[in-house]
Amino acid sequence: MSVILLIEQILNGLQFGVMLFLMAAGLTLIFGVMGLINLAHGSLYMVGAFVAAAVAAWSGSFLLALAASLVAAAMFGALIELTVIRRLYARDHLDQVLATFALILIFSEATRWVFGSFPLFLDTPAWLSGTVILPFGIQYSAYRLAIIIVGLVVALGLFLLITRTRVGMRIRAGDSDREMIAALGVDISVLYTLVFALGAALAGLSGALVGAIQSVEVGMGEPVLILAFVVIVIGGIGSIKGALLGAILVGLTDTLGRTLLPVLLSTVMDASAATAVGSALASMLIYILMAGVLLFKPTGLFGTA
Amino acid sequence: MKNGMARKAFRALCAGTALALALSAPAMADVKVGLITTLTGGGAGIGADIRDGFMLAIDQAGDVGVEVVIEDDQRKPDIAVQLSDKLIQSEKVDILTGIIWSNLALAVIPSATAQGKFYLSPNAGPTQLAGRRCHPNYFNVAWQNDNLHEAAGAHATASGFKNAFILAPNYPAGQDALKGFKRMYEGELAGELYTKLGQTDYAAEIAQIRASGADGIYFFLPGGMGISFLKQFAGSGIDLPIVGPAFSFDQGILQAVGEAALGVQNTSQWSKDIDNAANAAFVESFQAAYGRLPSLYASQSFDTANLILSAVAKADVNDQDAFRAALKAAEFASVRGDFKFGNNQHPIQDIYVREVIQEGDVFTNKIIGTAMTDHQDVYAADCALN
Repeated sequence: MSVILLIEQILNGLQFGVMLFLMAAGLTLIFGVMGLINLAHGSLYMVGAFVAAAVAAWSGSFLLALAASLVAAAMFGALIELTVIRRLYARDHLDQVLATFALILIFSEATRWVFGSFPLFLDTPAWLSGTVILPFGIQYSAYRLAIIIVGLVVALGLFLLITRTRVGMRIRAGDSDREMIAALGVDISVLYTLVFALGAALAGLSGALVGAIQSVEVGMGEPVLILAFVVIVIGGIGSIKGALLGAILVGLTDTLGRTLLPVLLSTVMDASAATAVGSALASMLIYILMAGVLLFKPTGLFGTA
Repeated sequence: MKNGMARKAFRALCAGTALALALSAPAMADVKVGLITTLTGGGAGIGADIRDGFMLAIDQAGDVGVEVVIEDDQRKPDIAVQLSDKLIQSEKVDILTGIIWSNLALAVIPSATAQGKFYLSPNAGPTQLAGRRCHPNYFNVAWQNDNLHEAAGAHATASGFKNAFILAPNYPAGQDALKGFKRMYEGELAGELYTKLGQTDYAAEIAQIRASGADGIYFFLPGGMGISFLKQFAGSGIDLPIVGPAFSFDQGILQAVGEAALGVQNTSQWSKDIDNAANAAFVESFQAAYGRLPSLYASQSFDTANLILSAVAKADVNDQDAFRAALKAAEFASVRGDFKFGNNQHPIQDIYVREVIQEGDVFTNKIIGTAMTDHQDVYAADCALN
């Protein structure tokens, strides 16, 4: 394996991680501030991708499609917060899981009603298709590079929002003591709707970004949701910093595991067996990582007990 | 008083409704078919094609006493088994059909045939049921799972691949796929990869392909996996010829892939431009009925329904031996042209090479050659039927 290939794979891992971060950031915010387990987060990711595909097909503009996905996911997020989620804060996690699982089914079937059973088309815009040449002659997909940049900009934006603004202060306060902030006269229900819509918008953005290089189809959100949960468990539930670090760890582990394990194993067994065993092991790797982190830090890397 | 009248009126209404229901109940069907397929969740597009192709043939036949009960398996083996038990025990169906996925087929078919029902597969053709465990009541109207991959291997050899990179998901059908490809491919392998089932990001694999020095790619990634791979491959700047089985380049998927699939060569036993009267009529009537082009899957279930109809016209389903012989004779106008069953009741058929082209705004396939003629699966030799 050459150094160039290794660097390219590290970039791929980074890109995968950044995409997971967009999903995990919303999930961890919602859990941290409201104490809610939201399984329907993957559905908002799907909504983002479908709205982006529809708007891109209608207008031909990718940027407009991205903007529409953000707005639509935030709107749907606010809508389900006001109608369903709001009733769940006081209940235990099992009720929340049950209700948000129902939301997954409702969103999936509703999407099928509106868009049909067949996957939709969404492509990268012309100005981001093809590859760019990075230093050391590395040829890398322009679109994936753009995803990395967008993800890091969003991470920075979230960091500033949470540490430097009044809303961010309230979010942090809500995270550490829900009753106290309500007693101080902050309208907690507006704050909750806002945080939920923000998380939903990030999921929608991530769905739209990824939809351009993957398949836009019903049920696309659930596999990502599982990974996002792994990320927030590793990073520590409620911590944005943890979500970023966890996401990049998971992205790198998964990508490098997939490529390096078969190569490493082929030194001790024949190629075909190494491929089979290597790819089987690689798919377990992130869960092993999670178990390892929890062994030493039971609350995750940045979690508070 | 008023209340009493209302009650009377209500009773009358009930009686009337019951009567109307009794009148409108269909005449007892001669043959009842249970169609179990995936209509919700991932893969629902394929299920819709299976259902629509099947019902198109049944509707075209008119009133010949065939009743179809349709159920949704949600792509889950346990649900498929429950549905097949329900269809056999309470609906009393004579024939089962419709399942798309091999793992579901393996869960349902052996128990259905053991209960004395016929099973006609419009898609899945798992290895296990083609060889030693073949059954006189099980017919496969599509292909044995390896067939299209073997044809892809033969075509890769014929088109001069010397150093191919091959990949498939790590599950039984994926392993069968690579095995089938390698059975007919004569060149070297630049790399062989198993990906995770349901994987959507192929950046790592594409980087390996770039570094491998391969001169061509073969992949089997059904459904959304194939869409993701092709879009990402197109953005990678690698320019290598691709061959694959038809599943990743079929009508339902091509529109979602767009230009990234143009020029890809894929192997299929059916294409919308196979030149025969049955196929022309099928493509036209399917488009008229549903407003979209038929897929490979729709062609398979259309053939399955016509096979059933041809047997119903010849024999009583309760006389199992006569009905089985009528099925095995396969005297129906297949949209593939010639169609016959081998001893293990899987098709012996030609497999074509198609190329993805664009017609107006629609992406579709056209035939550019024949990969294999009268091809039969290798497992037939292990089957005791004759």
